Amino acid sequence: MPANISINASNITKRYGDKTALDDISFDVAKGELFGFIGPDGAGKTTLFRLITSLLIPDKGSLTVEGLDTVKDYIKLRKILGYMPGRFSLYQDLTVEENLKFFAGIFKTTPEANYELVKDIYSQIEPFKNRKAGKLSGGMKQKLALSCALIHKPEVLVLDEPTTGVDAVSRIEFWEMLGRLRRSGITIVVSTPYMDEASRCDRVALIQNGKIMSIDTPDSIQNNYSRGLWAVKSDDTYRLLTDLRQFKSTRTAFPFGEHIHLSLKDELIKPAEIVSYLESTGHSNIHISKIEPTIEDCFMEMMGAESNMSATSQK
Amino acid sequence: MRGFIIKEFYHIFRDIRSMVVLFGMPVIQVLLFGFALSTEVKNAPIAIIDHSNDQVTRAITTKLLSSGFFILSDQVPGEGHIEEVFRHGKVKEVIVFESDFASKLEKDRQAGIQIIADASDPNTANLVVSYTSAIIGDYQQEYLKGMSLPVTVRTESQMMYNPALKSVFMFVPGVITILLMLITAMMTSISIARENELGTMEILLVSPMRPIQIIAGKVLPYVLLAFTNALIILLLSYFVLGMPVKGSLVLLLAESLLFIVMALSLGIFISTVSNSQQMAMMLSMFALMLPTILLSGFIFPIENMPVPLQIFSNIMPPRWFIIIVKSIMIKGLGFKYIWKETLIIAGMAVFFIALSIRKFKIRLE
Repeated sequence: MPANISINASNITKRYGDKTALDDISFDVAKGELFGFIGPDGAGKTTLFRLITSLLIPDKGSLTVEGLDTVKDYIKLRKILGYMPGRFSLYQDLTVEENLKFFAGIFKTTPEANYELVKDIYSQIEPFKNRKAGKLSGGMKQKLALSCALIHKPEVLVLDEPTTGVDAVSRIEFWEMLGRLRRSGITIVVSTPYMDEASRCDRVALIQNGKIMSIDTPDSIQNNYSRGLWAVKSDDTYRLLTDLRQFKSTRTAFPFGEHIHLSLKDELIKPAEIVSYLESTGHSNIHISKIEPTIEDCFMEMMGAESNMSATSQK
Repeated sequence: MRGFIIKEFYHIFRDIRSMVVLFGMPVIQVLLFGFALSTEVKNAPIAIIDHSNDQVTRAITTKLLSSGFFILSDQVPGEGHIEEVFRHGKVKEVIVFESDFASKLEKDRQAGIQIIADASDPNTANLVVSYTSAIIGDYQQEYLKGMSLPVTVRTESQMMYNPALKSVFMFVPGVITILLMLITAMMTSISIARENELGTMEILLVSPMRPIQIIAGKVLPYVLLAFTNALIILLLSYFVLGMPVKGSLVLLLAESLLFIVMALSLGIFISTVSNSQQMAMMLSMFALMLPTILLSGFIFPIENMPVPLQIFSNIMPPRWFIIIVKSIMIKGLGFKYIWKETLIIAGMAVFFIALSIRKFKIRLE
C-alpha cells in the first residue's frame, strides 16, 4: 500500500440480518485529504463511518486506517481517531468547558496542550463556556463537538453528518473550519446529505443503497455532465414541475428553489418550444435560460429520479 | 480517570431526580419504616375481665391503668365475647383474672392471669403483652416484700391470629440492605445505559479508554455516594429509631462498603445486558427489588419458604448482608461469626465485576 494512503477499504460488506447496509465497497483516502461521502439517508454512510472508527466489524473485506486494521489493531487506532457521531453526543448537562476538559482528559491531554488546533473554532463558543451544552444552538453544538473531537490532535478526523440540523450560516462556517483543518494536515472524512457541500471536498464519493456510485473530484464530476441544462421559471412553480414532467421531450426535471432544472431527451429542441408548451398549459411570466450544471445536478443525474436527497443550495 | 469521575459527579449533582433518589429516598424510607414500627405504645385500649374482683386484682388493674400505656375500654361481658371485641378492633388486649385470685395467691401461693392480645398487628401485640407482663411482675415484687414465702402470678399470654409472631422483624437491617442494593445497582445501571442511549458511549469507545477504566470511572463515584448513604441510614436508625449498634461500627461500615461494591458490579452487569435507560430501570426494579424484598428474609422468613425458594434465596446477595447487619448491630458479633457471609458477598462482587468486564461491549454490536 502506498505510504500516502490514510484509509484503505477493500471490498467491505456489512449486513444487518438480511439487509445489506454496505455492499462490496472499496476506496482509498489519501493522507491530508478532505474526503466527502454524499448520499441520502439510509445509504450506509453511518455504517461505513462506524466501520472506519472500529465500532463495527465488516462481514467481508478489510479496512485499515493509517495502516491499522480496524478489527485487530482497534486499541491503537482509537488513539489516533477523532470522531464526531451523527447525533449530538456530548454531555448536555456539562458546560462547554467541562465537556472539552473531559474529552481532553480521556485522551490523556488537556485543553491547553492542543489549544492552537481548536482555537479557531473554540474561540467562537468560548464566550459561552459556562453554558450547559444542552442549551447551545445547533451551530454552536457542532462547533463544540468538533472541538471535542479535535482536542487530542487526531491524525484522522471522522465526521458523520456534522452539518445536519445546522443553520445555513453555521454550515458555511463549519466547512470553512474544515478547510483550515485540512491545511493543517489532518485527514478528514466527512459525510453529508447536502449535495452543495460536496464542492468543498477534495474528492467526493457518491453513496447510495450501500454502494459507491462514483468517486471523483467535484470539478471533474461537474465537467462530466455532458447534457444541456435549462433553468425554467414561471408564476406557478408547483404546477410548473408537474407540467414539465408531462412534457413529451422532458428527460428529467428537478426543483431547485424557484427554478426547475430541465434536461431534454432531444438536445435539439428550442427553448421556444418549451415556452409555447407551457403557455398552452396556462403558465405566465415564463423565463427559460441555459445554465451550467451545479454539482447537485450531477448527483441528481447519477442517482436518477427516485432520490430523496436534499437540494439546498438554491434556497 | 480523574476527569471521568468528576464528570460523573456533575451528572449526579445536576440531576434533581438522581439527587432525590440518592438522598431523599433513604431518608424517607428509613423514617417511614421507623414510624410504621414505632416502638412506643401509648394509651392502648384494653379490656379486663375480673372473675374475682378482690383487692389484689383491683390493685393490679389500677397499676396497669395508671402506667400510661393502657386505657380501659368498654367492658367485656364475658370470655365468650373476647373474639367479638377483637373483631371490632376496639381493644388491643384482654386481661382475664381467674376467680378467687387473692385467696389462691394467699393459699396456693400462685394465681393465674390470662393475657389475650390482638396479634393481627403482631408488633403492637408483642409490645402490649410484654408491658403487661412487666407491670404484673413489678406488682409481684412489691407484693412479695411483705411476705415470707414466694408467690407466683402465672401470666399466660396468647397471641391470637398469629401465634408465632414470625413477621416481627428488625426492619432496619432490611431497609439498609434494600436501599443500598437498589440505589447503587439502579443508579449505575441507568448511568451506563444513559451513555448508550445518548450516543456518548460511541465517543467513549472511540477513545483510548479501556472497558475497565470506563467501569471503574462509573463505579467509584457511586461507591462514595452509596457509602454516604449508608452512613445517613445508620445515623438515622441510630438517632431517630434508636437502633443499637452493639458490634464494631468499623466492621459494619467495612461490610457495607463490600456490599456496595457488589451491588455496583451487579448494576454494571445489568447495564451490559440492557440497551436503554428504561430497560435498565425495569431490570433493576424487577430483577432486584422484588426478590430482594421477598426472598432475602427481610419480610418473609426464609425457613417458612418452600424448599426450592429457600435454595433460590441463597443466590440473593441481600440475604447474606441482612445476616451480617443483624449479627453486628443486634447481636454484637465479631468478624469470625460472619466471615462466611462476607466471603459469599465478596465472591459475588468478583463474579459480577469479571462478568461485566467480559460482557462490556468494545464495539457497537
